[in-house]
Amino acid sequence: MLSRRIIPCLDVRDGQVVKGVRFRDHVAMGGIVDLALRYRDEGADELVFYDITASPEGRSVDRGWVEKVARVIDIPFCVAGGIRSVDDARAVLHAGADKVSVNSPALERPALVAELAAAFGVQCVVVGVDSLRDADGEWRVRQYTGDPSKTRALARRTLDWVAEAQRLGAGEIVLNCMGSDGVRQGYDLEQLEATRTLCQVPLIASGGAGTMEHFRDAFVEADVDGALAASVFHSGAIAIPELKHYLQGQGVAVRIP
Amino acid sequence: MTVVLVDAGGTNIGSVRYALQRLGVDAALTSDAAAIRAACKVILPGVGAAGPGMARLRELGLVELMRSLTQPVLGVCLGMQLLCTHSEEGDTECLGLIPATVRRFAEQPGLRVPHMGWNGLAPQREHPLLRGLSDGEQAYFVHSYAVPTNEWTLASTNYGEPFSAVVARGNFHGMQFHPERSAAVGAKLLKNFLEL
Repeated sequence: MLSRRIIPCLDVRDGQVVKGVRFRDHVAMGGIVDLALRYRDEGADELVFYDITASPEGRSVDRGWVEKVARVIDIPFCVAGGIRSVDDARAVLHAGADKVSVNSPALERPALVAELAAAFGVQCVVVGVDSLRDADGEWRVRQYTGDPSKTRALARRTLDWVAEAQRLGAGEIVLNCMGSDGVRQGYDLEQLEATRTLCQVPLIASGGAGTMEHFRDAFVEADVDGALAASVFHSGAIAIPELKHYLQGQGVAVRIP
Repeated sequence: MTVVLVDAGGTNIGSVRYALQRLGVDAALTSDAAAIRAACKVILPGVGAAGPGMARLRELGLVELMRSLTQPVLGVCLGMQLLCTHSEEGDTECLGLIPATVRRFAEQPGLRVPHMGWNGLAPQREHPLLRGLSDGEQAYFVHSYAVPTNEWTLASTNYGEPFSAVVARGNFHGMQFHPERSAAVGAKLLKNFLEL
């Protein structure tokens, strides 16, 4: 049976892993390769690296650290941040990343998703969606969330964008629920469930994990394929081996290495 | 021992190379026919689609060469699919070294395609490539097309239905998952291949 994935997310800024609260006020958490190795050893199923300032700064991912990670890490990893062309993606994939995740540049130019899928296959193409509920109750997409001064609220509805991204060739969707991010009150199950009903490709929950029960709820209630978290892992509040044993006891299929 | 990675444009070629380095083997990346023919072990990695994968092998003039190899050959992911007879992906004629047709996962409720993530391996018969592998150990898969189980299946995996996770016919071997990204299990199977 296919295991549900536990995915530590490493936000990268200036060669360091950082973590903010609600996408703001970032603090340094440690070196990229050190943290990647730590999570590999603990049994993480996959890693995601977000170069959180690449897109707002209008630059591509620095491929130096991608290659360093690829040399030492023997689990899959995905790189996000500032990938705005097939050439950008090729550089990152050739440096050793297994997947690329596009977010703001795909909103600038949705055809990018189709171009990446044609060039590398849908299995390499992840679309990250930063979403927040507006006052009128609709979930809508946010752009350039790596830099609060540049973050833009778009008119595009989150569910419309998820459907469009799949049509274009997204092989996986990461839904970052910004309203719950960094505050450890649980994943946004309502939004994840709504997204799940129209998401036929793997769906990854992001934003809000605080306890082991939150992971269980995302898998059992919202039927997501993977759950991404950062601060609870970086701080040691949740240890991955313990989390996986807990989930297994709850009837969730997991990989225990 | 010389190990070569056939450079047919697969984006995972760097990852496979690093995985071999972690096992102490420095594999050369090459599309040179003489170098491939002379190698002790040949690995055909691959990520992408079958049509462009075969087109690239044809462009490089490697189709007949691949078919004529007698040393151990390992196809990884798309590389394994290219060893088969035919792929439904783009209606592509492949190398024909493993008599099988590569099919897209049938649509089923709740079955998401691509099949992406860690899934268990079920050994189907004894083979040196599977040495030390226990039933249920997991490997990392990312694919939308698969080889149904057949007489060449060494290990199967279940996703909606069983499919071939590891195949072998004579000196030609294939792994549908990514051993280079399958932690200790992947390293063990790659090491087994190097020791064939």
